[in-house]
Amino acid sequence: MHSPQPNPETRSSDDWPSELYRILKAADVRQMSYVPDAGHSQLIRMFSADRDVTTNVLTTEEEGIAIAAGAWLGDQRSVLLMQSSGVGNCINMLSLSAIGRFPLLMLVTMRGEWAEFNPWQVPMSRATQPSLEAIGLKVMRAETAEDLVETVESAASLAYESDQQIAVLIGQRLIGKKKW
Amino acid sequence: MPMQAQLDRRAAVAALLKDRKDTLVVSGLGSPTYDLHSVGDHDGNFYLWGAMGGAALIALGLAQAQPGKRVLALTGDGEQLMGLGGIATIGVARPRNLDIVVIDNQHFGETGMQASHTGRGVDLTAIAAACGFAATGSVRTLEEVQRLAAQIAGPADGPRLFVIKVLAENPPRSLPSRDAVFIKNRFRAHLGFAAA
Repeated sequence: MHSPQPNPETRSSDDWPSELYRILKAADVRQMSYVPDAGHSQLIRMFSADRDVTTNVLTTEEEGIAIAAGAWLGDQRSVLLMQSSGVGNCINMLSLSAIGRFPLLMLVTMRGEWAEFNPWQVPMSRATQPSLEAIGLKVMRAETAEDLVETVESAASLAYESDQQIAVLIGQRLIGKKKW
Repeated sequence: MPMQAQLDRRAAVAALLKDRKDTLVVSGLGSPTYDLHSVGDHDGNFYLWGAMGGAALIALGLAQAQPGKRVLALTGDGEQLMGLGGIATIGVARPRNLDIVVIDNQHFGETGMQASHTGRGVDLTAIAAACGFAATGSVRTLEEVQRLAAQIAGPADGPRLFVIKVLAENPPRSLPSRDAVFIKNRFRAHLGFAAA
């Protein structure tokens, strides 16, 4: 077993978790829920240290879909962090967001598509985008830090201001630049 | 074998919510949604017709967004069994304004009345206690439900889960709106928030 090597040409724009934190705070996100994930670990740390944000650690990703709907009933904006493998756990619960037009923003780090060492991640990797689209979500995708920051900024506006249900897929090639 | 319950579910829910004041209620799909509606439609109700396993977690997100309001998840044994992990999540989150009340007929009443896990000995109150809930309990009579209603109106040190053991029967359905956007916007307006 091996992990992707950190890219030696790391630039400041590669600190995308800090940029995402800044964007989500600017969008007035007050709740964050997550299933632990190495790709999201920095963002999880930053939100967990933020006294103005309520964080929930989940036992399965679908819980976060329900929590986000409840947060919106109480007028708070919520963001959900997970891996692509967790998308498969969410499909029925996502009917809640779709039928109720609840604002929903999911940030999904991809597994099973780029320098993956675990073949069991590959089938869900293939199913991630079509499953989300089949249940009615809009899927956006980013492969570079610059693109990701812009994409999440746009996704946050669409989700919270236009009542859309959006998953942003964070390409594994981008995650691979980080030290796991 | 678990003791046979005699309590009528509609009478139990009516007694539980008789003096609900400004309690916000999220009901799980199936009979708890019909039970909640049968007591009287209310702008502070959010009814589920699907999203099985989600009632208590919607209530968690709501309770965290509105810490000054009391929030009740009214659900069934089948729905809560599907969301067992959520009991751990709520135990860790430890909201002081969230109660889960399980209307437990020990059967999957929507789908043919097969015995559920609670009808085969699984104890949801013991699971909640192990997950760090501040209070748990089971009640079987109308008098106990009335005492429970008074208890949940009072302050709590953390989340609480109570089971009301009821007869396994399907009373006539009392159907709220199935328009989730309408129910959502009505609920938000009730709290003074813009619809969209």
